Amino acid sequence: MKAFDGPHVENFVDIRDVRKVYSRRQSSVEALARVSLQVRRGEFVSLLGPSGCGKSTLLMIIGGLVAPTAGEIHIEGTLVREAQTDLGIVFQEPVLLDWRTSIENVMIQVEARRLDRKVYLPRARQLLTSVGLEDFQDKYPFELSGGMRQRVSICRALVHRPRLLLMDEPFGALDALTRDQMNFDLQRMWMLDPITVLLVTHSISEAVFVSDRIVVMSPRPGTVDTIVEVDLPRPRGLDTQETPEFSRYVRDIKQRFAIHGVIRG
Amino acid sequence: MKTIDRDYSKILYPTATVALALLAWDALTRFGATPAYALPAPSDVLRIFLTRWPVILSNAISTTVVVIIGYGLSVVVGASLAVMISSSRAFEKSIYPLLVGSQAIPKLALAPLFVVWFGFGLLPKVLMTFFISVFPIVVSTVQGIASVEPELEFLARSMGLGQYRTFRMIRLYRALPSIFAGLKVAIALAVVGAVVGEFVGSDEGLGILLLRAIAAVNTPLLFAGLIVLTVLAVILFGLIELSERIAIPWHVSQRSKSA
Repeated sequence: MKAFDGPHVENFVDIRDVRKVYSRRQSSVEALARVSLQVRRGEFVSLLGPSGCGKSTLLMIIGGLVAPTAGEIHIEGTLVREAQTDLGIVFQEPVLLDWRTSIENVMIQVEARRLDRKVYLPRARQLLTSVGLEDFQDKYPFELSGGMRQRVSICRALVHRPRLLLMDEPFGALDALTRDQMNFDLQRMWMLDPITVLLVTHSISEAVFVSDRIVVMSPRPGTVDTIVEVDLPRPRGLDTQETPEFSRYVRDIKQRFAIHGVIRG
Repeated sequence: MKTIDRDYSKILYPTATVALALLAWDALTRFGATPAYALPAPSDVLRIFLTRWPVILSNAISTTVVVIIGYGLSVVVGASLAVMISSSRAFEKSIYPLLVGSQAIPKLALAPLFVVWFGFGLLPKVLMTFFISVFPIVVSTVQGIASVEPELEFLARSMGLGQYRTFRMIRLYRALPSIFAGLKVAIALAVVGAVVGEFVGSDEGLGILLLRAIAAVNTPLLFAGLIVLTVLAVILFGLIELSERIAIPWHVSQRSKSA
């Protein structure tokens, strides 16, 4: 196994012909229709698509939290059959535990996995500090703003050094300014420790700003419409968003959406 | 400064209301608007308190003991039932509908039956208190344990938590606000249960004091009994609220109070 562990392993996450149908008593809804996709180790990939295209479902299937109707997912060559534990998840809502302070919310990850508190407490503090929450470590969730709460939940997803980070529209509930700031922070954290990230989003500019590759998905039932390699130098900053290249990526993706009738001009 | 102002007003306003009510009550009796056997003067009630306080106190203690034992039983049995209902589908299907259905039984009407079965001792009174107060505890605890959003469940599974540890680390805390809501409803009911139990089969307690006062047409004593009963209920309710404030200071219902 060790021989395959290097960065030369191409397919860290291998999604093969995954299909998902939600059946109810009378009707069934096809959320995903045969999605195949490969993600390399250390790659930052966004799943971009209109609401209801099954991108969140795909993310939960990758995490082993929702079973696919058909198809298989392999992570590092191992078939996903049950909830994957070697990963971190960030949801649209921070889902913090109200009775725990910021630092204790991060540390639940450590307690749940029965890891050594002494080893991980400094790391948890350092993560909170790196997202500007050093003075809020001992505050309860109700004492934090929405953006702060989401930062805590990102730290919780990273504290145990997972090999994969799944983010399901993590900044969707935040205001535009906070959202931009979070994307800067996310990029900075990722550049320090480039783990594999799968980000679900419906914001085109967000996807272009943070991703190595963007998987553009078609409306329901979701399929991979096209994959865009984002060749913009990092670190990307405010000025990146003003470049003609950035605008071209955004325009091209908008055109893909226009073809599918997601956007009508 | 602001909090001090608010604390004063919290005491001041209810006190003023009670004082006004007392004045009105006194005026009513003083000017002969109501017959004395229906509405005694406040001074008569006060005199009863001063002369009969040993009797009132011993009966109040007796009732308090019944309430505490019966309510304690409700908490223990109710919470255990709720945990079992929440953790076993089979148990939920077989017990929960019966429990809900049992609420159709007029519980107060069971009191005479308890006397037939268990005599005149402590037991029938405690059982009455238990039966009347256990249901809200079960329902609110079951509801509280169930109220976990799918994301939190996903998170728990991704952290490798099994059923039991998810319950211990997440669901239990999540359930606390709802559990306390049930505990508060239950304590008010428990006092009612104890008094009914005393009405039917007992020789001591505030319920009996009330019956005897009625039989003797001693309305001041009846009023004194009612006042003690009310104060008892308020104190017990306050104790539950206090423990709630200590247990869940992080919950939305407690924040303005602790600020």
